[in-house]
Amino acid sequence: MEPTLKFFSGFAPNDLWFMGEAALRTLWISVLSISLGTVLGTLFGWMLYEGRRAAALTLAPVLDVFRSVPLIIQLVLFYNFAPIMGLNLDPFASGTVILTVYTAALVANVARGGIEAVGAPIRRAARSLGMSYWRDLRHVVLPIGGRAVFPSWVGVALGVMKDSALVSVLGYVELLKASQILITRTQEPFLILALAGAFYFALSYPVSRYATHLENRWAQ
Amino acid sequence: MFDYNFHWRPVMKSLPDLLEAASLTLQVAVLAMVLGIVIGLCLALARLHLRGPVYWFATAWVELARNTPALFQLFFFGFGLGAFGLHLSPYLIVLAGLSFNCAGYLAENFRGGFKAVPETQIRASRSLGMTPWQAYSRVVIPQVFRIVYHPITNQMVWAVLMSSLGMLVGFRELSGETQFFASRTFRIFEYFAVTAVIYYVIVKVILLSSRLMAARLFRY
Repeated sequence: MEPTLKFFSGFAPNDLWFMGEAALRTLWISVLSISLGTVLGTLFGWMLYEGRRAAALTLAPVLDVFRSVPLIIQLVLFYNFAPIMGLNLDPFASGTVILTVYTAALVANVARGGIEAVGAPIRRAARSLGMSYWRDLRHVVLPIGGRAVFPSWVGVALGVMKDSALVSVLGYVELLKASQILITRTQEPFLILALAGAFYFALSYPVSRYATHLENRWAQ
Repeated sequence: MFDYNFHWRPVMKSLPDLLEAASLTLQVAVLAMVLGIVIGLCLALARLHLRGPVYWFATAWVELARNTPALFQLFFFGFGLGAFGLHLSPYLIVLAGLSFNCAGYLAENFRGGFKAVPETQIRASRSLGMTPWQAYSRVVIPQVFRIVYHPITNQMVWAVLMSSLGMLVGFRELSGETQFFASRTFRIFEYFAVTAVIYYVIVKVILLSSRLMAARLFRY
């Protein structure tokens, strides 16, 4: 009674290539949305700081929504809402938009904290030296405040990198989705998950260690 | 502008089911937090006071939980353990995954909390005649609790948001239930919009009650 038909084929070297490509896609969508989100979030953070009452009533609640609703729900909602608005976005574009706004919502708080970390006397001193508002922001607030919140920014960025796995819910084949596909075919979940996990770990662990190291050095 | 008719009636009809699923979400999140706090406390103490294999086990747990995506951890408890013939129910997968994750993050918070209490205080209370247990429970723990109170609240919010990943492992909590209804009626946007509101309300209630409790707990 030998089985004549085999449904599952083992893990082949070719599949490693498939996973590598998927890992690059994870990397690409993370880098893109973290960079865009950081720029947008810094702008929001500055608006929250300067806008005071007006920003607290308008911008802050909107950003708060993105922090209070699960990312996966945001992704599904936006992916299904875009066609209603007449936009036809593929999973990658929808994922990037939501991840960017999500990053921005998180970075906004970090950035505001950074601006607040720069003492008023330093800023007044900068203005008294004849710096314009923007030069003060660029040459005084950015280096000092940026340094103060750099570790929390790294935390946000790594969090978004890990959360980018959720874009798979829209059908974007990033690393974790690719692993799932391979598991279904090869029935070797342990090996494949270990590979995927090792990739995330190898990316996240050194960066977080380096951020802690910098934090300790700057704290002295 | 909209070429789309919103149909809210099916959503309203299944609202009781959604709310019941929301209570399941809360239940699994609270359970995961309780387990996470207990395990996290053990991990933190192991990393602070022990050497050898226990220290390395605790460190590996914390670093794995913090440096891989939560979805990966759920997949691991789902498919990964399946490789060893251990098939957990979706409920247990989510509970185990969330507890693993929360324990890792909380352990770091607890460790920071314990480190913030100077060792001289323990020595001082010991020389006042307190037993080690008294020193810990009356001097150290109350201070640590104050430090980790806000991180615990944040982690609770994260636990609720992360439980939405249950949708991807076939668990019918709030998100899973929503997807079930959405795919039956094709009213995807409407269903997920209502679910987003429910999540938002849950998160706000948690934050508000945490703030009220803090006002009572930390009066002095």
